[in-house]
Amino acid sequence: MELCSFLTLDSFITDPLTHDFMRKALLMSSLVAAVCGFLSSYLTLKGWALMGDAVSHSVMPGVVVAYALGLPFSLGAFIFGVGSVALIGFIKQKSRVKEDTVIGLVFTGFFALGIVLVSKIKSNIDLHSILFGSPLGISLSDVKQTIFISLLVVILLSIFRKDLMLYCFDPRHAKTVGINVFFLHYLLLTCLSLAAVVGLQSVGIILVVAMLITPGATAYLLTDKFDNMTVISVLSAIISSLIGIYVSFWFDLETGGSIVLAQTFIFLFAFLFAPRYGIFKLKKLFAGYK
Amino acid sequence: MESINYQNFRIDAENICVDYNGKVALYDANLRLKPGQICGLVGMNGAGKTTFFNALTGFVNISKGKIRINGESVRSAQKDQTIAYVPQNEGIDSQFPISVWDVVMMGRYGSMNIFRCPRESDVQAVKDAIERVDLTDHLSTPIGNLSGGQRKRTFLARAIAQRASILLLDEPFSGVDIRTEKLISELFIQFKNEGKTILLSTHDMIHVREFCDLVLLINKTVVAYGETSEVFTPENITTTFGGISPDFLFGPES
Repeated sequence: MELCSFLTLDSFITDPLTHDFMRKALLMSSLVAAVCGFLSSYLTLKGWALMGDAVSHSVMPGVVVAYALGLPFSLGAFIFGVGSVALIGFIKQKSRVKEDTVIGLVFTGFFALGIVLVSKIKSNIDLHSILFGSPLGISLSDVKQTIFISLLVVILLSIFRKDLMLYCFDPRHAKTVGINVFFLHYLLLTCLSLAAVVGLQSVGIILVVAMLITPGATAYLLTDKFDNMTVISVLSAIISSLIGIYVSFWFDLETGGSIVLAQTFIFLFAFLFAPRYGIFKLKKLFAGYK
Repeated sequence: MESINYQNFRIDAENICVDYNGKVALYDANLRLKPGQICGLVGMNGAGKTTFFNALTGFVNISKGKIRINGESVRSAQKDQTIAYVPQNEGIDSQFPISVWDVVMMGRYGSMNIFRCPRESDVQAVKDAIERVDLTDHLSTPIGNLSGGQRKRTFLARAIAQRASILLLDEPFSGVDIRTEKLISELFIQFKNEGKTILLSTHDMIHVREFCDLVLLINKTVVAYGETSEVFTPENITTTFGGISPDFLFGPES
């Protein structure tokens, strides 16, 4: 890589595209980002950031066990993701310990179990790629799984888009008019587990929660319409992924970290300059010049 | 003795108990309301008012007793859109990115198809409801930009759009402007004439005397229930509020 080669924007963008693994990484990460971004609107409005963190960490032992048994890793991750939430609910109900404490102790427990299992099960599991993601080294079977899961989540969210919005906004009303709130709760949890599974390929288990909350938080600062929020969230997630991968390619940086950092910078930009809710309220600034 | 025809009662709650993980929130509570009746639900914070509402809407399960809505189960009342719940302003996330129109449209969700695509009749119902609460100028306003009174009216419109025959209102008069208060009281009279049944919780004793035919005083269980003129006495109120005299609560009666 020569420094002068990306002095033109054109080659900055097109050069990486000559590599097969880069094309695959860009496509897959955009898909994953879109799915996580879509879900992100619901999670941020529902206040499930901590839940997202918990589920994404808890899938760790599932991934390890699935690899060891030769099963699709998404299956193991899904079982442990949903299992962790069930366990959180159970402990919360049966003890006097507060919810955030229960969430914290359950997911760290699962995560620790995952790490111990990795060290015990001698296999070709790459701990580093699970923890930090490896979008550049994604295998063909992973590609198939990711596409399948992503489509599934997008279809589910699209069908129940409005019900889920109502569930996040006013579950009591939903229940009163005969909408199955129990189903929606577990639908959202299922989507969360599945999104965590595909998200961890891009940015790894530790950072996947960022994929699930940052785009939604950014969008929340930029609009007062739910549909717009979803669109902005998806777009900002995709753009972050593309920026992250390009930057990591040219500067030889950790890809997962770069993607999440790009999301964080977009959030900070919105935080400072969002027209209505930003610190500097761009709208007012411009109005002042007129 | 005359046998009771349960069909006559819009709401018929018999000896209901609700507990949260073994902690009793409400026990042995009874309530019977007919079409066109307005009943005030009065009690301290934590006396079980919201729990009572939650039990009637099916949001929490009762551990004992029986609830019949129009002679049927709570489950079928949910399916039939019989009950509308108008939440307290504090009970909703006012920063949620949603417009007045979208909130009122949620009143129609229960009778739409699975994708919640509004039909022409739904659009008309929402338009009419918004007009009745005088918010036609704010159709696309995000609820975060509304005043407390306007937000309250938005949720009333949702209940109207739902075409429910029973309205449960949690503190309908708290934190609203005079214009909204006037509009709500006019709507109450219209609802009564339409034969709707209203159960409202309130802290304001004046509103009870003004609007409510019946009053239900609760403190974990029913302290007193009946015609407002008979039941809403200083003695009963004192009992309801745990021994604090009504003079202390809302000044000496003049």
